[in-house]
Amino acid sequence: MVQAQRDSAFVQFERVQKSYDGQTLVVKDLNLTVPKGEFLTMLGPSGSGKTTTLMMLAGFETATHGQIRLNGRNINDVPPHKRGIGMVFQNYALFPHMSVAENLAFPLDVRSLGKAEKEQKVKRALDMVQMGQFANRRPGQLSGGQQQRIALARALVFEPELVLMDEPLGALDKQLREHMQFEIKHIADSLGITVVYVTHDQTEALTMSDRVAVFNDGVIQQLAPPDELYEAPMNSFVARFIGENNTMTGVVTALDGSRCVVRLDSGDEIDAKPVNVAKVGERTKVSIRPERVETNKARLRPGAHTLTARVEEFIYMGDMFRTRLSVAGNSNFIMKTRNAPDQVRLEPGAEIEIGWLPEDCRALDAA
Amino acid sequence: MADATISGGLPQGRGAKTASPGGPMLAADGTPLRASLARSLRRQKMRALLLIAPLLLFILVTFVMPIGDMLFRSVENHIVADTLPRTVAALRDDPSEVPGEPVFRAMAEDLQVAVEEKTHTQLGTRLNYESSGMSSLLRGTGRDVKGMGEDVAKAVTGLDDAWEEPGTWVALLADPAWVQTQAEWAAADDKSPEPAFAASAAATERLPRTVEAYQAFAHVTQADDGDSVTEEEPWNLAYVALADDLRADPGAAEAFEGDNRARLDALSAAVADGTVPAVSYRDMFVESDDAWGEPGTWSVLRTFSSRFTPGYYLNAVDLKLGPNGIEMREPKDRIYLQLFVRTLVMSLVITGTCILLGYPIAFLLANLPERTANLLMILVLLPFWTSLLVRTSAWKVLLQQQGVINDILVWLGIVGDGNRLALINNQTGTIIAMTHILLPFMILPLYSVMKGIPKSYVRAAKSLGANDWTAFWRVYFPQSVPGIGAGSILCFILAIGYYITPELVGGTKGVFISNRIAYHISDSLNWGLAAALGTILLAVVMLLYWAYDRLVGIDNVKLGG
Repeated sequence: MVQAQRDSAFVQFERVQKSYDGQTLVVKDLNLTVPKGEFLTMLGPSGSGKTTTLMMLAGFETATHGQIRLNGRNINDVPPHKRGIGMVFQNYALFPHMSVAENLAFPLDVRSLGKAEKEQKVKRALDMVQMGQFANRRPGQLSGGQQQRIALARALVFEPELVLMDEPLGALDKQLREHMQFEIKHIADSLGITVVYVTHDQTEALTMSDRVAVFNDGVIQQLAPPDELYEAPMNSFVARFIGENNTMTGVVTALDGSRCVVRLDSGDEIDAKPVNVAKVGERTKVSIRPERVETNKARLRPGAHTLTARVEEFIYMGDMFRTRLSVAGNSNFIMKTRNAPDQVRLEPGAEIEIGWLPEDCRALDAA
Repeated sequence: MADATISGGLPQGRGAKTASPGGPMLAADGTPLRASLARSLRRQKMRALLLIAPLLLFILVTFVMPIGDMLFRSVENHIVADTLPRTVAALRDDPSEVPGEPVFRAMAEDLQVAVEEKTHTQLGTRLNYESSGMSSLLRGTGRDVKGMGEDVAKAVTGLDDAWEEPGTWVALLADPAWVQTQAEWAAADDKSPEPAFAASAAATERLPRTVEAYQAFAHVTQADDGDSVTEEEPWNLAYVALADDLRADPGAAEAFEGDNRARLDALSAAVADGTVPAVSYRDMFVESDDAWGEPGTWSVLRTFSSRFTPGYYLNAVDLKLGPNGIEMREPKDRIYLQLFVRTLVMSLVITGTCILLGYPIAFLLANLPERTANLLMILVLLPFWTSLLVRTSAWKVLLQQQGVINDILVWLGIVGDGNRLALINNQTGTIIAMTHILLPFMILPLYSVMKGIPKSYVRAAKSLGANDWTAFWRVYFPQSVPGIGAGSILCFILAIGYYITPELVGGTKGVFISNRIAYHISDSLNWGLAAALGTILLAVVMLLYWAYDRLVGIDNVKLGG
């Protein structure tokens, strides 16, 4: 179902810019298309422009330049209350002077719905988030997780096609956050609504989203499904921001289509996959995930470059072993290995050979 | 820190539970947990108490005690009973409208003492609050009382010169023991006062009126004037009393010996044959002033003879205690009820205008960017840094008929030069000036409450489909109500007791009850009435506060977010 609706551009940002002070751009030339039914996450560090983008979509900020379209209609000049977009706020913004039921009935009240219809919709929304028995409580009497559910139910009760969420799980503890991630995802999927979700938590972004837009410095650095984002970061910012990552700098010495050789600053040569390097002699930052570091030579391709590494620290993490290595002058090189029966526990001080498949090591921009 | 307390507290709690199932919770050492907790908190409480002790003392001395004194003063009425003790006692035995001779005689003695001690004018002032004319009555008769019984005294001394000698009286009436003490005192010749006069048993028994009158004289002479009774001729009253005693008991002389007996026998004969005339105090008082023969005068004295009186309170609500119980004052004398109502209504109006003017400002303050808001805040606080008198005087300049505002209105052609608006020395002036002065007290609590309302509430309301007005009215406004409550209570309570501004710009129609209280404190010196008015004002404020708590709930008052 989700796939079938992908084609239509439901939300569209076209050359959108935003400046608060007339001197610097918070959002620079944003082009983004969200198809109907997609769960899109905007991920980025604070000040990257993701929340501003969300607020422009909600109508609380105006775009300095460019167009925002919803369902094909330009909504730049439509006030927030006429956009029909549901929104979940960071601190829930449940009205403290109203009961839970009154909070949920509020969007229906302002739409002048009949009493019976209103009650039925409120009940359905509460049941959806399993909060049916809390209708008469005040928000102040609920726990953080319960308030979160109510905020979600309130944003959904008037059946908007688009729901915006601004770091809705930021105030919850880890366990509850993980639980709510799945719940929000399931509700969004079952209702078929389009969700634009803002977070700075990469795990949240990877777990919930159909696609993730990584923001930095007012620009979308990469827009891709979670797996692609993790496996194939397009630049060193994304590589650094998503997941754990080992980086080393060097110069490209050979370049051959899908493979290249990089001479590191220490003089060692390694195999890598050219992602955004163009020619031999260019400086690059290579990036390799800790779990893709290989110690078993048998798994490497014949003739592959290897590096000598000294074990600095071995940390037992239960499901994983985390080994800190000194490699090519980098003493903070992390290797993760699965806790398997045949896996050796490395002693600090030991010297080992490490290598990797060339496609796992990505030669990115030097920034 | 928090973790430490939790992990430290939990095992203890569990242990206690298992140690005494069902019984009171026990601490680790077996003492009841409640006692253990109280002990551990005691030091903290003591320290807190020490910290507030200076303030507590200050408040006690400067606030609680004066209020207590005020409450006491509003019902206190010692002056009649203290100044006219014999009269009050005699009146108790005499229920007739215009009392008989004993009361008049007691009155003469009391008044004579009061005149000597110069307290009869104070009594006159006090009684004048209740019935006008009492002051001049007491002053007038106070002047005459010394001459009362003059002809009796003349007749007695004409009979025997010895009666003019102070020593004759002492010899007749004094207790022998006192005579001895007095002689020792005179020989010692130190500065100490003369020993208090004591009458002999025989005199007390056979010449009771004389002893009573002489003792009043002796007290005044010894205690107030610092003189000796052996050197002062008694008041005329003593002669009259002696004549009365001998008329009632012609054989009284038999209880005495020597010269005393001879003189009393002679005097008794003179009384019997009319050489010494019989006089009536009642006649002498009525002669001094006809008012003494009227029931009204005595009804006032009787009504206010008790040591505590509701009179001030009745007065403060335009009632009075008449001979037939509580009744309304004459319409022309009714001022306080109207003044109370005016004070309440105008305070409410001022509070209302403060809300109307202050709410938008507070809203702006809370929602503008910080820099602009700070500038605006300085403008709001500016009046605070200016003297109250200066501000009020400025309003006088602005509001008067030839003042700035009227000039501008005339110049603009909005009002004609002939009918300039009366903006000052009436209620309008008080409302305008007071609103200006109390506005910061509304804005500041409102601002701090509004500052605490996250912007996301209104945003959420809008995202849920509410337009600007609905979002404000249904989401923002209800959350700012505690600020309105706090500001209103502040403004109203400040307004209701305000004094300077109404005094300066209120004229006669725009003054508050506090101005009347000040008048009674400093001009009319009727402190009892001022205290009663103040107490009623305090009670009204507390009543309103209670009503507010019932209607709005005091939890709904916030001074900050």
